[in-house]
Amino acid sequence: MSARGSGQASRIPGAGRGAFGRNALGRGVVLMYLSLLVLIPLSAVVWTSTEGGVAAFWQAISSPEALAALRLTFGAALVVVLINAVAGTLIAWVLVRDSFWGQGFVNSVIDLPFALPTIVAGLTLLVLYGPGSPVGIDVAYSPVAVVVALLFVSLPFVVRAVQPVLMELDRESEEAAASLGAGPLTIFLRVILPSLMPAILGGSGLTFARSIGEFGAVVLITGNIAFETQVASVYIFGQIEGGDIPAAAAVSVVLLAFSLLALIGLNFLQDRWTRHED
Amino acid sequence: MKTRLTLRTLALGYLGFLIILPVASIFWFTFSDGLGTFWSSVTEPDAVSAFYLTLIAAGVAVAANTVFGVLCAIVLVRHRFPGKRILGALTDLPLAVSPVIIGLALILVYGSGGWFGGWLAERGILIIFSIPGIILATIFASLPFVVREVAPVLREVGIEQEQASSTLGASPWQTFWLITLPSIRHGLTYGVVLTTARALGEFGAVAVVSGRIIGRTETLTLHVEDRFLAFDLTGAYAASVVLALLALGTLFAMNFFNREEKA
Repeated sequence: MSARGSGQASRIPGAGRGAFGRNALGRGVVLMYLSLLVLIPLSAVVWTSTEGGVAAFWQAISSPEALAALRLTFGAALVVVLINAVAGTLIAWVLVRDSFWGQGFVNSVIDLPFALPTIVAGLTLLVLYGPGSPVGIDVAYSPVAVVVALLFVSLPFVVRAVQPVLMELDRESEEAAASLGAGPLTIFLRVILPSLMPAILGGSGLTFARSIGEFGAVVLITGNIAFETQVASVYIFGQIEGGDIPAAAAVSVVLLAFSLLALIGLNFLQDRWTRHED
Repeated sequence: MKTRLTLRTLALGYLGFLIILPVASIFWFTFSDGLGTFWSSVTEPDAVSAFYLTLIAAGVAVAANTVFGVLCAIVLVRHRFPGKRILGALTDLPLAVSPVIIGLALILVYGSGGWFGGWLAERGILIIFSIPGIILATIFASLPFVVREVAPVLREVGIEQEQASSTLGASPWQTFWLITLPSIRHGLTYGVVLTTARALGEFGAVAVVSGRIIGRTETLTLHVEDRFLAFDLTGAYAASVVLALLALGTLFAMNFFNREEKA
């Protein structure tokens, strides 16, 4: 009763008149659930990383092994972002502008990396591109394996961001450009690409955030060789197992900061774009 | 025409080598020894208990996140209050957090030396290295999907029907069951399917908090890694195929509901 009463007092005219609209109970439950599950645990990670002071934090993230893991993680993520931006746009293009037998099947294959458990994704790649490769390609236990695994899990982001934009795109300006003598490449670069750019950037932000944190897909295929194929998430896992929680927390904070930056940057770009369109 | 064919070949080749061939090859390797080997691997007691644990963890996580997701979407769309944007960002946060960090975060709060862990342990409640921890990790990882699918639908349908219903004397619950829920049905189903996929497949977060007691706190994804590291490739492939089949089922459901939504 008291929750309902306080909800009524804070009611804003015209807002929140739907179901639950008049009570603050729902808001309280949501806040509680998020706090216990997400907010408090993540705060604990940040807190633990700074417990030993700035010097300890710095030492933890600049130890040679941590530094090598972070360097590999960010390097691989950037390569994956670049490849995905091109390949994702290409696939979206083929799915929207081309038409061929089996297109519906190909379209649903795009979502497979989201549906498939990451450990299974890693294992399937290892089966085909590992030591016993039936096609004679062995990239396992090398930095290339990291890139391949990340490309697999992050495939849908750019495709699914670009596809709807491409479908909505007005063809008139392309036809106008063609009638004025522009070649296909010029039309793509000058007319189509600018409208796709926000979607590509948005998908790339998600790709980056996902790539720097990926664990399941890379853990088997990289072989976890320190200084060579060990990515940050695998390093963190090793530190947790080895009992060095502050070091695990410090590297975690670096990853968290960068994925938040990527997502905030993405939000900012999308906001700017929608305002631009209005 | 030539460019079109080149682009098509490039795109399909990329997808073929990156996605289709690897997934097909694991099916091939699993069933090349015959159905019998596959069946004896998946009916092994450890595999069966891992399968059940995965179902339990995913079941609880999907139920919890569905109720929370709908409530959270209503709060985000229908209520106006300071800090709403922050709340929205907070619900999206699990998407940006590495699974391993999810596990670490839960250990730091609910582990034996954690913020709440000691207090809980005194009362005989063990979370980390036990099934509740696995469930918490699964809930965390699959939290955003229902909210993300339901919130835009809720915004789209508006509040007119809800208002009409309450003006005509319906209680908030009646309005919710008879008006709100039917109108968000499709978005909700889609969100539940995505949540299920993520919950069934979660690996990193669960790996950190499970403690890996074979036959007790091992989910199916952990079982895959465990078999692989024990050089039991047949077992690893067989469990992978079970997970892949679940994923294909999810994919089918995603396509089905997506089409229904468009129709």
